[in-house]
Amino acid sequence: MADLRSNFIGITSPNPFWLASAPPTDKEYNVRRAFQAGWGGVVWKTLGSEGPPVVNVNGPRYGVIHGPDRRVLGINNIELITDRPLEVNLREIKSVKRDYPDRALVISLMVPCDEDSWRDILARIEDTGADGVELNFGCPHGMSERGMGSAVGQVPEYIEMVTRWVKQYSRMPCIVKLTPNITDVRKPAEAAMRGGADAVSLINTINSITSVDLDLFAPQPTIDGKGAHGGYCGPAVKPIALNMVAEIARNPATRGLPISGIGGVTTWRDAAEFMALGAGNVQVCTAAMTYGFKVVQEMITGLRDYLDSHDMDMSDLIGRAVPNVTDWNQLNLNYVTKARIDQDLCIKCGRCYAACEDTSHQAIALKPGRVFEVIEEECVACNLCLDVCPVENCIDMRELAVGEMDLRTGIRRGGYANWTTHPNNPMAVKAAE
Amino acid sequence: MSQARLAPGVVPGRLDPHELAANFVDVAPPLDDHEARVAADRCYFCHDAPCVTACPTSIDIPLFIRQIATGTPDAAAMTIFHANIFGGMCARVCPTETLCEGACVRMEAEGDPVEIGALQRYASDGLMAQPGHPFRRAEPTGKRVAVVGAGPAGLSCAHRLAAKGHDVVVYESRPKPGGLNEYGIASYKAVDGFAQAEVDWLLAIGGIALRHDQRLGRDITLDALRAEYDAVFLAMGLGGVNALRAEGEERGNVLDAVSFIRDLRQASDLTALPVGRDVVVIGGGMTAVDAAVQARLLGAENVAIVYRRDRSQMGASRHEQDHASRSGVRIICNAAPVKVHGNGSVVEVEFAYTAVDPDGGLRLTGDRFRLKADQVFRAIGQRLDGAPDALALDGGKIGVAGPGRTSIPGVWAGGDCAAGGDDLTVTAVAQGRDAAEDIDAHLTGRPVEIPG
Repeated sequence: MADLRSNFIGITSPNPFWLASAPPTDKEYNVRRAFQAGWGGVVWKTLGSEGPPVVNVNGPRYGVIHGPDRRVLGINNIELITDRPLEVNLREIKSVKRDYPDRALVISLMVPCDEDSWRDILARIEDTGADGVELNFGCPHGMSERGMGSAVGQVPEYIEMVTRWVKQYSRMPCIVKLTPNITDVRKPAEAAMRGGADAVSLINTINSITSVDLDLFAPQPTIDGKGAHGGYCGPAVKPIALNMVAEIARNPATRGLPISGIGGVTTWRDAAEFMALGAGNVQVCTAAMTYGFKVVQEMITGLRDYLDSHDMDMSDLIGRAVPNVTDWNQLNLNYVTKARIDQDLCIKCGRCYAACEDTSHQAIALKPGRVFEVIEEECVACNLCLDVCPVENCIDMRELAVGEMDLRTGIRRGGYANWTTHPNNPMAVKAAE
Repeated sequence: MSQARLAPGVVPGRLDPHELAANFVDVAPPLDDHEARVAADRCYFCHDAPCVTACPTSIDIPLFIRQIATGTPDAAAMTIFHANIFGGMCARVCPTETLCEGACVRMEAEGDPVEIGALQRYASDGLMAQPGHPFRRAEPTGKRVAVVGAGPAGLSCAHRLAAKGHDVVVYESRPKPGGLNEYGIASYKAVDGFAQAEVDWLLAIGGIALRHDQRLGRDITLDALRAEYDAVFLAMGLGGVNALRAEGEERGNVLDAVSFIRDLRQASDLTALPVGRDVVVIGGGMTAVDAAVQARLLGAENVAIVYRRDRSQMGASRHEQDHASRSGVRIICNAAPVKVHGNGSVVEVEFAYTAVDPDGGLRLTGDRFRLKADQVFRAIGQRLDGAPDALALDGGKIGVAGPGRTSIPGVWAGGDCAAGGDDLTVTAVAQGRDAAEDIDAHLTGRPVEIPG
């Protein structure tokens, strides 16, 4: 049976599933319940400087996007960092870690962007027994207006500077949590690496307005008639997070920098995808907030079954898909496929036809008896028909063999060739003879 | 337990009032908001959707379901009512399993269609519960049209004519409007006086005058209507009931199923309604099922439906047959009545098993059996009574061409009295609507809007 024990930058945990720094990890009661449920680790909800704690709004903190049957697809929040006194959090962290020495316990930090503030907070957490720190350079609401969170994460120079301070004043492993609210996520990751970070974690939440109340004409969540942008997370953000993880994993400047993957991990499969793109572990929040801590049990058994069925260790999985993430100009332009409809599985809904006829290439024929057939002479293999078909495996994309005629272009399929050598490319390089 | 439960003969009060109330509740309770959203989400929004093709009124089903899914059920209701002003009743009584839901691609996918009927009821009930009437009449045309029969066909026609600015007078032979919606449908399919509420709501468009106790051939004549009005639409249904042609059918307690259903619908106190202990229903259509099931619900101990052909040929859908079976009704096929035994009133019915000849004809075999019966209901179809002589008939019904045009200029017909229908409410509604469009085009030269 696959071994799920994880060692992430020297921090060990019985499995690679951590709870992200967020409402579920704000206090001892919740974290104990999480550990009892089986979570491998937690990143404690972000601590701020000593002194009067921050305050939260007293109205709704979350806005939600629902799918069918009110399935939660995405949550936006306007909650700030912990609003409980620093001493209380430190006492509780120490207490939990003492009782759960085998679990990872990382402390998330966010203090003003000056050396003294960071030195002070690092000294305060020194004797909690925590395994590491995560620098919250990602929170996009409230704290960023005060020069913290994503306000730091959007300036690579600040990331590098603060990371350097942290490595100077603390012996703990340091994870830098990155904001996605930036144009090129490789830059802050490179800065973190230059500053000496042991790892990066991403993504934090995405600036968002989830919806507008069409009676109040205000964003939701609405606080006394007004709304502010919040941070978006949950299954809806996973594709964005996967890309950012992959960008860092395949960037030569940051190659080998450990990554903790965050962003919509809901099932074992999501976790496995993040790991395949280079994440050494994953952090979860929305799935736990939606279903409770028990979801980790499905993640554990699911990942184990997957690894067993593929005869892989976790280390075989981590980063395995990275070499296959490439740039568009490296894609094989001679790879030709055609949509193919399985008439036995077809339920004759006609969605493929509507999609192709109205919005694509008029490559599906509607024949008597509601029989839908692909017109290979027109099919560009966009695969929209497959995407909108409600029946799994009813439509597939048949790969043409090398040498087989593409009825659309009248050209036989050739071997590998990409845009860099394509005759239509004015910048084309001459193919090797 | 009621003392009368096992009493022989045809007696009232076999069940106590609580049992009766429980038996006659809504057979398919309405969806709530969340259930409707979940059900609506299952619709695939098919291209040229098979459900629309299967609907005699061509309601744009994917559109109205999407309108429900996006939180605009009133818009959904208008999509329904534009095509079918009786969308509320049709949602309750349509054999959806053979129409829209039977055609749903989800049947092919998983054998479980989108709940189109329930969703239609959700949307239409919601709008009908609001004050006022959602349609406005066009500018008056000055034209006047007579409609004979205030059933689904007649009122569908009247509503559309009124909407187009014509003035309509509806002549109805019975004391209440609604036709078979009011008199001919099982109680549990349209509870809480829905049929009358629907008619009241429909008439609120204005421009429709209702005249009761006006029977064609008795109180009014076609010639007089033609002389007084710019057009006439005949939709008086089928007044006569076919005979069993079995010896002894004149014996007591051998009744028409339609009368039983009518009396049940009109009864203010079900404990006063008599029913037999052993009931036999002869026929295979929806009327047979409605009568048999309701006899069970009233407390009859043994109820059997006896049909002369095999099960696949029954007019009642498989869903209806299963409903009967679940209600404890025994269905016997391939048997025809030959003699009603008794002394004054029926005591037994003698049947002969039937066989199909090579030419498709049905013949009685020598194999016979008897069923104990203290009440027998005939449900073997109805026939047209009292059609004006001048009208050309087709198979015993009023012959029509295209959208209900009869052999007499200026006279249209639709619903059960006209040839070519299938005795469904929804078909009657479609025929009334289409005749109204044709009448309007005829009277004004405006183009026809079909459907909706």
